Amino acid sequence: MSTDARILAVVTEDMSLVGGGAPIFFARSPEERERIARYLARALDAMVHDLENGVYIIARH
Amino acid sequence: MDAHLGTIVAGVLAGTVSRVLTLYLDYRQYPGYPHGYITHLSLGFIASALGAVAVPAILEQDYTAVTFLALAAQQFREVRGMERKTLERLDENELVKRGSDYIEGIARTFEARNYLTMACAFFTSIAYQLGKTPAAVLMAALTLVFVRAFMAGESIGDICEVVPARIWFKGPVLMVEDISFINVGLPEVREKIAREGLAVLVKPANADARATVCDLGQRQAMAHTVALLLGTKKDVDLPELTPLARIDPETGTVGLFTVPLERDAEALVMAVKRTPVLESARARPLKAQAGRLAARR
Repeated sequence: MSTDARILAVVTEDMSLVGGGAPIFFARSPEERERIARYLARALDAMVHDLENGVYIIARH
Repeated sequence: MDAHLGTIVAGVLAGTVSRVLTLYLDYRQYPGYPHGYITHLSLGFIASALGAVAVPAILEQDYTAVTFLALAAQQFREVRGMERKTLERLDENELVKRGSDYIEGIARTFEARNYLTMACAFFTSIAYQLGKTPAAVLMAALTLVFVRAFMAGESIGDICEVVPARIWFKGPVLMVEDISFINVGLPEVREKIAREGLAVLVKPANADARATVCDLGQRQAMAHTVALLLGTKKDVDLPELTPLARIDPETGTVGLFTVPLERDAEALVMAVKRTPVLESARARPLKAQAGRLAARR
């Protein structure tokens, strides 16, 4: 049970929803967003969380 | 020396046998490192020799000789340190970690078992001195029964009811009955968990049990045991499949979910039930008046 969870990347279809420190990946469709999130998560050994507003975050726990 | 040979042999034998017996009981916690067995058997032999030799030393009025028991205590503390260090190293590469509470519990147990071995040898030697072989055999049997009963410890099944539970998704959030777990973003992973996952609810029997299963180390120990006995489909790049145990703060019920290699609900219930109650997690609020008052409702 670690408490140092970190956001490694953000994948979004709407750039106006996001900002800040983590790398942001822009997707043009829901399929592309999912694909990018999947690839990032596997590459970073991290988890995908769905914020349900078209934004995915890739976080490591 | 010859006069005491029988005494010493009886003590050493009984002590070593008791160590072998407790090592066997360990099997679940100690998944067979052959060299570990050798280490612990040799230490058990040394412990029983120390316990056995103490009796003739006292009889010969060589009281200072008893001080080497203090040396033994020092030695056994090192056993604890050694065990802790080994397990911590191994834990770094475990997919589902034992957790430091579990490791500390195991290390402490290993230290204590050496004291028990020593005591077993000591009492058997005394018995031999007083009543020769029959008394020694009787005493050895008694201490062995005591050691087994004493070291068995409690398991989750003794203090909680464990029942299979349903996994479902509330949007992206993984739920086990009413307990929310994690947000799983990718639909295919959600489908995999819904299809291949298993869950149980651990319902504590009383306030003591509730405080025990609330402990993070205890929950990690359950997750570890489940992953050990049923396997897990988790890998380093699939952290979503990590077995997790989360609590329902309203009732104190703990939900546990896993994606096992062998999908068998009955085996999962059994694995959770067999998880040892950790010494560090064990809590007894009902022993205090405030705890009893709080549990009245």
